[in-house]
Amino acid sequence: MIAPPGIQAPAAVDSISHDLLEVAMGPHHPSTHGVFRMNVVLDGETVVKLTPVFGYLHRNHEKIAEKNSYLASIPYTDRLDYICSMTNNWAYVLSVEKLTGLAVPERAEYIRVIVAELTRLFNHACLAGFLLQDMGALGTPMMYAFREREKILDLFESLTGSRMMCNYMRFGGCRCDLTAGWLEQAATVVAGFDSFLDHFEALLNGNEILCARSQGVGVLPAGLAVNAGVTGPGLRASGVNYDIRKVDQYGIYNRFKFRVPLGRCGDVFDRYMMRILEMRESLKILGQALHDIPAGAIIDPKAKLRNLRPKPGEAYGRIESPKGELGFYLISDGGSAPYRYRVRPPSLINLTVLEDMCLGHAIADVVIILGSIDIVLGEVDR
Amino acid sequence: MLGLGILRGLVETWRNFQGSYYDPARLTTVQYPEEKLPPQENARTFPFLVFDGNEPLAGLRCTACSICAVECPAHCIHIVKDTLKKPDYLGKMQFHPKVFNIDMAVCMECGICAEVCPFDSIKMDHVFELSGVDRKMILEKTDLAKPNDYFHKIHPLEAATVDAARAAEQRKAQAKKAAAPVPAAV
Amino acid sequence: MQTPEQIKDRILAAFPDAQVEVIPNGSPASQPSLLLAPTQARQIAKFLRDDPALRFDYASNATGVDWPEKTVKEKVKRKKVVDGVENETEELVERKTPAFLEAVYHLYSMALGRGPLVIRLRTANRADNAALPSLTPIWRSCEFQEREIFDLFGIFFQGHPDLRRILMWDNFVDHPMRKDYVPADAAEVLP
Repeated sequence: MIAPPGIQAPAAVDSISHDLLEVAMGPHHPSTHGVFRMNVVLDGETVVKLTPVFGYLHRNHEKIAEKNSYLASIPYTDRLDYICSMTNNWAYVLSVEKLTGLAVPERAEYIRVIVAELTRLFNHACLAGFLLQDMGALGTPMMYAFREREKILDLFESLTGSRMMCNYMRFGGCRCDLTAGWLEQAATVVAGFDSFLDHFEALLNGNEILCARSQGVGVLPAGLAVNAGVTGPGLRASGVNYDIRKVDQYGIYNRFKFRVPLGRCGDVFDRYMMRILEMRESLKILGQALHDIPAGAIIDPKAKLRNLRPKPGEAYGRIESPKGELGFYLISDGGSAPYRYRVRPPSLINLTVLEDMCLGHAIADVVIILGSIDIVLGEVDR
Repeated sequence: MLGLGILRGLVETWRNFQGSYYDPARLTTVQYPEEKLPPQENARTFPFLVFDGNEPLAGLRCTACSICAVECPAHCIHIVKDTLKKPDYLGKMQFHPKVFNIDMAVCMECGICAEVCPFDSIKMDHVFELSGVDRKMILEKTDLAKPNDYFHKIHPLEAATVDAARAAEQRKAQAKKAAAPVPAAV
Repeated sequence: MQTPEQIKDRILAAFPDAQVEVIPNGSPASQPSLLLAPTQARQIAKFLRDDPALRFDYASNATGVDWPEKTVKEKVKRKKVVDGVENETEELVERKTPAFLEAVYHLYSMALGRGPLVIRLRTANRADNAALPSLTPIWRSCEFQEREIFDLFGIFFQGHPDLRRILMWDNFVDHPMRKDYVPADAAEVLP
């Protein structure tokens, strides 16, 4: 063969050589849901080994919390799982309330449930949208989901002042009471969400491309899921009945009638359907909460805003966030800042089984499997 | 039939496409900057200092107590107390800030400063179109001071509540002064 | 609901020479923890996971805590003989608390719906002997979390399948979450 000047022609090859190719997917990658890198070793298109690498968004939130007061850590928790700021706030204030023994008035508990379930609604809708975008649907389901999310973000802005970084919960209750007309507006949004879900499912559930790409892909066996600490919709898609709202019954969740959907085999399709079914259950909880919410105080009269100094001790408080079990472990030494402040991030621990789910699949499936785990890097890296 | 699911999906997208010509629920895009959504009552962005009356620096409600600086999670407020004392709306002599700087590059707009202020002097603005041509990110007392009328314009309900509370306190202070015995002439 | 004391008795029944101690908790949450000796930790962990009455199959949280040496002043009542008369006096005694790193695990039982059980493992010191047995072979959920404890605190986990830094970059030296960590650029931004 004729080679360009200055370049030596390669030697002729007799047989087709068979090499493994290592690809670094990310951290700048449109499908990795944030700054997340996967070192994937490929044999052709099949994944042979996968190593997740993260830490690109590590802000050492835990160390900052050791220097700031308990109150000052609340806005930082907004920024952990930056999509679901209300549930992050709730997990943290729940742990502090366990540490200090503050009681929460009834109206505040109802408001917390309402905003947490609204958060779960738009998180699951967006996850379905992002997953479909990873499959190639290029934005249509995502935009439909975002249309509904906008209505809920307007609700949060009129209540807290900010769409995403809400900074709303306080120790012993909530920061401010519902504005006039908020409950009616929320009831309208919830009423319209059911028909949105009907159309969303009509758009997607029977779609042959979705079914072919997700059924049988990324199967997570139940035993591995429990041992690896997977929680949230990913665990329930594998058939394990563990929803912290039912197990711990934190807040006033024992007053609401709702079911816990379970999946059959734990593949991507099951995880996707889990989100849809959980959205339906959240709508039931919201209907009941919006109907039953009483009037009253929204913060414990014994709660102090400034200079909170819990007695020495420790507490671990956890909630069922849309991603899984979000827990906060706090050790107090009697000072105004926590001695140890630890976030138990569901996204990080759900990633333990990423390699197990991806082995043997094509590289295109890796993106879908990662999308179905539902990670947010703010929480993985803190 | 293979493809039925895709066809059902296409019916949905067709409904949305058709509806976007006449149904406001389908056409949700607001053509910013030609159309702007009105801001909500509670919306918050960066903080500002409220002053009463016409003189910005003389009418500042801030007494340099530094509670906002201590509670700020990002530690972006820097306050230096002035040695002179001036009377506030109740007639009590209070300090004033000589220096009040907020580093807007660090501020995370959480609103905790406004929440803990005992004098209703630092409140949250709602301006978000803040692109500029210089790098001035540290706002000083003169940049932060805005009149009470502006506070009424952006947060009418909150400003009305604050004004009512301050008026009630003023009345109580004046009633107390009137009821106090007049000191005997020496 | 089994209390930590009952669980300790059950562990001692299975491993008579185990060193298990109940550490009380001062907060209203009242989640006292079990302190396990590092040498037997993995056997006891396996027992906690597999025993049919306990079934702690889910390790929810694994975290590290740094306890540097602290000088504590305590008032101690001492009997002193002064001029032939025995007097009880109160003396201010200084003592140093031991310095160690600690790994704390929160265990739940998904099968039986119980929990949390908090177990603690302590290293001998914060300097050259900061090693603990890894519980990743028992609960896979500890895999990334023990890597994070190694990265941020410096506890070396023996038996971990892949112990390397997870959040800081690979060539980073030092352990950021320790109490005596000084960041390289310690200048704070002040307006």
